[in-house]
Amino acid sequence: MKVRASSLGFALAAATTLGFMDLAAAQSGDKTSRTLEQVRARGFLSCGTNTGLAGFALPDDKGSWSGLDVDLCRAVSSAIFNDPNKIKFVPLTAKDRFTALQSGEIDVLSRNGTWTQSREADLGLLWAGVNYYDGQGFMVRKKLNVSSAMELSGASVCVQQGTTTELNLADYFRSKNMKYEVVAFATANEAIKAYDSGRCDSYTTDQSGLYSERVKLMNADEHLVLPEVISKEPLGPAVRQGDDQWFNLVKWSHFVMVNAEELGVTKANADERLKSTNPEIRRLLGVEGDFGKALGLTADWGFRIVKHVGNYGESFNRNLGEGSPLKIKRGQNALWNKGGLQYAPPVR
Amino acid sequence: MSDITAASNNGAPQAFVRTKASPDLPPPLAVGGIIGWMRENLFSSALTSSLTLLSLLFLYWYTPDLVRWLFIDAIWSAPDGEACRAPGAGACWAYVNAKIEFFAYGSYPRDMVWRVDLTLVLGACLAAWLLWPSAKRKALALVLFLVVYPILAFHLLHGLGPMLRGAMRGLADLFGSKALADMAASALPVVGTNLWGGVFVSLLVATVGIVVSLPLGVLLALGRRSKAPVSRFLCVMLIEIVRGVPLITVLFMANTMLPLFVPEQWSPDRLMRPLIGVALFSSVYMAEVVRGGLQAVPKGQFEGAMALGLNWWAMMRLIILPQALTIVIPGVVNSFIALFKDTTLVAIVGIFDFLRAVDTARLDPVWAGPTISATGYVFAATFYFVFCFGMSRYSMMMEQRLTRGRSH
Repeated sequence: MKVRASSLGFALAAATTLGFMDLAAAQSGDKTSRTLEQVRARGFLSCGTNTGLAGFALPDDKGSWSGLDVDLCRAVSSAIFNDPNKIKFVPLTAKDRFTALQSGEIDVLSRNGTWTQSREADLGLLWAGVNYYDGQGFMVRKKLNVSSAMELSGASVCVQQGTTTELNLADYFRSKNMKYEVVAFATANEAIKAYDSGRCDSYTTDQSGLYSERVKLMNADEHLVLPEVISKEPLGPAVRQGDDQWFNLVKWSHFVMVNAEELGVTKANADERLKSTNPEIRRLLGVEGDFGKALGLTADWGFRIVKHVGNYGESFNRNLGEGSPLKIKRGQNALWNKGGLQYAPPVR
Repeated sequence: MSDITAASNNGAPQAFVRTKASPDLPPPLAVGGIIGWMRENLFSSALTSSLTLLSLLFLYWYTPDLVRWLFIDAIWSAPDGEACRAPGAGACWAYVNAKIEFFAYGSYPRDMVWRVDLTLVLGACLAAWLLWPSAKRKALALVLFLVVYPILAFHLLHGLGPMLRGAMRGLADLFGSKALADMAASALPVVGTNLWGGVFVSLLVATVGIVVSLPLGVLLALGRRSKAPVSRFLCVMLIEIVRGVPLITVLFMANTMLPLFVPEQWSPDRLMRPLIGVALFSSVYMAEVVRGGLQAVPKGQFEGAMALGLNWWAMMRLIILPQALTIVIPGVVNSFIALFKDTTLVAIVGIFDFLRAVDTARLDPVWAGPTISATGYVFAATFYFVFCFGMSRYSMMMEQRLTRGRSH
């Protein structure tokens, strides 16, 4: 009896040890060798996301992630695996996001990170493009009858204390020689509450934030986001330095989505466009040439991305634009030939 | 007899003799009944009276609004946040209803949540067996709960990894069993801890903390009080160092520094880091609570045990610890409740525990609205209250049972 009990215990202990070693084995990988090979060997992409930001990365009722930043990871996963779901999402706070990338815990950081000089130069990262041009804006009540930030002279502005937002606000009004009154709060939540209760004429933060806060106001339709953007906040995916192939792969996954929008290729018509005679579309979808090879991918990598995720415009519309509750206008994120800044080099 | 009566009445004839006691009159209104109770408890002095009136006024001001917000104006069912955004709408319970699965399981694949359910039910059954005062064979339950259950739970929740699967395949080849080979191929696919979340993770962190902290805490407390200098020194060091650092610092350290120090394959799982941190922390606090109990046991008990010829371990196990632990039940449960609420700290390292899930779900633009945050937080507060209150009631029950022999 006793012997049997102890051998049972031994078997259980062995089983646990094996289990834990599996856990360790699943995480193993050497960050110095090529990222793409590791991702292939591992069988999934490790994608660092925000822990929750409406329109960019948010788990839905079922716990599956969606958003503009998430779509970029889905595009990379589609290009590699022909499956938009072979991703392990690692929700990261602002504090540990760069460490997770540097240490190799994640392959790509698609977490609305602002592209700045010091982040690239000091942290050893590379930004693989800009998938959202953000910038500080203003929200006002429609009944103020203001249509431009230039008319905000003498207004009181609610703002979160100690942020670059507060500094940008001061710079903007001073450079325009306009009077204003700052009403600063410790948290963004308090600031928006104060604005909602009528304490200030205007509320300022990054434009994407203005739109997602607007939904939470008592009467969202009575508020308006002014068109002016007074600061530059280019948000995009980042990768580690030292693996140019992987850097190119992430960068071109974004460019494929932008090019697809420019060429009118959508998720729905991608199959049909394979027969297109337009040489640009044929190259994008991999009917002509073998442009995926140098990236370590198949020729139809572009087709896979558009087929599984859609083009940039579709992704924007679904997550942030008219197809979502946020209803953010394209603005600077429109294509370059429609007055925006989204411009992708050609596939050729 | 009659003589005496006659004498006492001076010979007068008796008109009436009471043969039984008259019924008790009710106490005066001023001291009995509701009015008396109120006079005694609510209006006994000027200060008490004014406090009572203020409290009543407060209730009168706030209760109707609260009831209206929580129940009358609340939106009970809606497909999205539109109805909840209407002016004057109260709590948006429809949103809690829509997100309840996310609150419970986080991102755990929905077709596999039975694994979570099964683990929780098994754990609840074992815990009930252990905690039910008159249950039999508790030693068996303890072994099952502390040894078998964690292993089972790990494999149920996380799934069979490639190595274990390989071992199963090897066994299948050895015995030529096709059923086993099929099982090896398909049984319990791996669900990474990045998908774990919600109530289930909160309970997991709390359970691990509680189950580890009590035995480890007792050992640390014994070590700190032991006469052997090395073990005492080590225990004091561990306790003082861990107690001297905030839990958040350790979590940040584990999350941002550890991955830079160790090779990637050796850096622990993202969920494992806070689990270890929380278990260690609760253990050292528990050690101090238990030490308080050990010090409260009279010296005579130690001497009596030694006089009986018991060795140190037997003395501790049979005489000292049962008394010490009974004394510190309130302190132990206090630690457990604090630990249960501290599980919310794991959110700062990106783990979707219950509170974090509520916090994330309220950002969903489909539901976002002025009342969503408040609704979510009221729901979370209710959840934590029910659990903590349950723990506290159970401990009071156990305290009464165990202290029956002590009259002081």
